[in-house]
Amino acid sequence: MSGPSTYEPKTGFEKWLDTRLPLIRFAKDTAIDFPTPKNLNYWYTFGAILAVCLVIQIITGIVLAMHYVPNTAMAFDSVERIMRDVDWGWLVRYIHANGASMFFLAVYMHIFRGLYYGSYKAPREVLWILGCVIYLLMMGTAFLGYVLPWGQMSYHGSSVITSLIGAIPVIGDTIKTYLQGGPAIGNATLNRFFSLHYLLPFIIAGVVILHVWALHVPGNNNPTGVSVKDVKKDTVSFHPYYTVKDLFAILVFLFIFAFFVFYAPNSLGHADNYIEANPLQTPAHIVPEWYLLPFYAILRAITFDLGPITAKLGGVIAMFGAIAVLFVVPWLDTSKVRSMRYRPLAKQFFVLFVAAFIGLGFAGANNPDDLIVAFGEDKLVVAYTDETGAAARSESFAEYHDAEHFIEGLDESAGASMEVVKSGFKWLWAAQFLTFFYFAYFLVILPILGIIEKPKPRPLSIADSVLGKHGQGSAGGTPVPGAANAAAPRDDA
Amino acid sequence: MSDAHITNHEEDGETRRDFIHIAAGAALAGAVGAVAWPFVKQLGPAADTRAASSAEVDVSKVPLGGEVRVLIGGKPFFVRHRTEKEIAEAEAVNISTLRDPQTDDERLVPKPDGELNRAILVTSGACTHLGCVPVGPGTNTGDYGGWFCPCHGSHYDTSGRIRKGPAPLNLPVPTYEYLSDTLIKISL
Ligand code: HEM
Ligand code: FES
Repeated sequence: MSGPSTYEPKTGFEKWLDTRLPLIRFAKDTAIDFPTPKNLNYWYTFGAILAVCLVIQIITGIVLAMHYVPNTAMAFDSVERIMRDVDWGWLVRYIHANGASMFFLAVYMHIFRGLYYGSYKAPREVLWILGCVIYLLMMGTAFLGYVLPWGQMSYHGSSVITSLIGAIPVIGDTIKTYLQGGPAIGNATLNRFFSLHYLLPFIIAGVVILHVWALHVPGNNNPTGVSVKDVKKDTVSFHPYYTVKDLFAILVFLFIFAFFVFYAPNSLGHADNYIEANPLQTPAHIVPEWYLLPFYAILRAITFDLGPITAKLGGVIAMFGAIAVLFVVPWLDTSKVRSMRYRPLAKQFFVLFVAAFIGLGFAGANNPDDLIVAFGEDKLVVAYTDETGAAARSESFAEYHDAEHFIEGLDESAGASMEVVKSGFKWLWAAQFLTFFYFAYFLVILPILGIIEKPKPRPLSIADSVLGKHGQGSAGGTPVPGAANAAAPRDDA
Repeated sequence: MSDAHITNHEEDGETRRDFIHIAAGAALAGAVGAVAWPFVKQLGPAADTRAASSAEVDVSKVPLGGEVRVLIGGKPFFVRHRTEKEIAEAEAVNISTLRDPQTDDERLVPKPDGELNRAILVTSGACTHLGCVPVGPGTNTGDYGGWFCPCHGSHYDTSGRIRKGPAPLNLPVPTYEYLSDTLIKISL
């Protein structure tokens, strides 16, 4: 929506520069005069918040890199030295570590916003895909960064993730070895992870530039999903209207950020990572950082072989598939209506989807075999070896004396033992159910809804919506069932 | 606030908006300063570096006519055990002829009993010209019997004072004290 430029160079220097490198014109057209829909709400401030997050991570990261030593013998101590001896080092590290969490908090808000208001639909597919690329790079960067302090979670977490690569048939093992630079995670791995952790944020910054460029061609979507029809009536200039709104949101966000940094700096991390990495001892409970938990749950939800695909490979495919599916949402959602405000069914499934995603996060944080709720009778399970001594068997009983009787009937050599097993609903089952729903939402629900759903009337224009006029007139305001809508322009005109 | 009120202020050229701008600008300047401070301060020496900024030297171990070189936080220092002849030469100089006038006594620190230990001279080991480490006893003591800086040819005498060459000042005497008759503690 970058209309004709309104910049008029005034001074001699501005005129001279404008015909050589029109930098001032560019800044004015993109950040000051840029026509922006009047009705953007606070969900639209997360873009600016994300930009702030990236800058914060880069600045604090560069400072940390001045004191950090990427060597397995010194990495852990160098981080402790940052915490104890470097002036304000604790602050810089806490900002960086919590900054990663804040960054993901913001990116999730930003992505869910896009899913709700249909911001991925034409003509914004490339914008959406670039966003998915940024998200993927962020996950990579955060994973690499988490290895650097060389704590127990750093080591064993990275060990788990790199072995996933090993699940790929035929070439997996070679890739894994080349990734680790040796037979296991070690000094070579730490060095390359540090190098890449330094590099990726700058690549993210590059993709962000493309992302903003792709935003400025069609212009912002908005909560109604209705396209700008009249630049005068439907939009306001970016400055001061949205610079101020964004700034206010950034300040509120920084309050929350500061709360974590100053009052709960370790609440989002794991105590195990304050123990130096020990390759010979894995922590009892390995979990990634919270922002990766939903995908970790999806990874562990596949516990069964599917034909030639082993459970391990299946988990890896599901995990990467869960991210890959985001890239093609623009073509999975068949509805012509962008904003779910006017999609009564989609809106409900969207709420379920968000709940499922959060649920997956909890499933990822819990041991798959632990129970969410216990119900039914506890069982007694007798484990023993069969007569040939070749196979382990088990038998469950409801009553103690039945179990006892059974053991008496067994041979001495069976080595029978008895254990109480609680029954109830396992986290694993929740993870499996939610994983199923996650994929169903994108692959089944969104494609079908677009065809069967009857959208509510939409305002004729952004200006109408701001003035509270809903569903009047014809065109975009007419409630048209999706199927019959085939002839209408795909653009939510 | 009544309309009349507002008009009054506007006549003075002040508006609420001016006030908000100034208040917001001041708050912003304060915030930028508060954020910048830790990011600048972290560049300075860390607590462990500061803690390692002194060293103790047993001067009785320095051979007569020789010197011991110590590094404290990466900076060189000379502890020299001067012969009677060297002390006499250092004291005989007419300080008005010096580029950086100082008597030999001014370049010494008293022992716990208040006496000067003239045999022991403690100086910085960085040439005051451009920071090279001069060579001394056993190698080349220069024209005045003290130290010679090989970089650009500065000659220091047996009190570490500059006598010839491009260096502007005497080798500085660091902060140090006698903990006992033979133990000194040099601090950065
Ligand atoms: C997209 C932006 C970034 C993200 C999401 C990110 C994330 C992380 C995370 C999660 C950690 C582990 C924190 C901990 O538990 O200690 C970390 C550590 C680290 N990061 Fe980053 N980072 C980013 C950018 C950068 C940049 C640009 C640099 C350097 C120029 C950098 C340098 C470091 C260093 C040296 C460490 C190790 C010290 C430590 O553990 O605190 N990071 N990063
Ligand atoms: S540094 Fe010693 S003479 Fe130049």
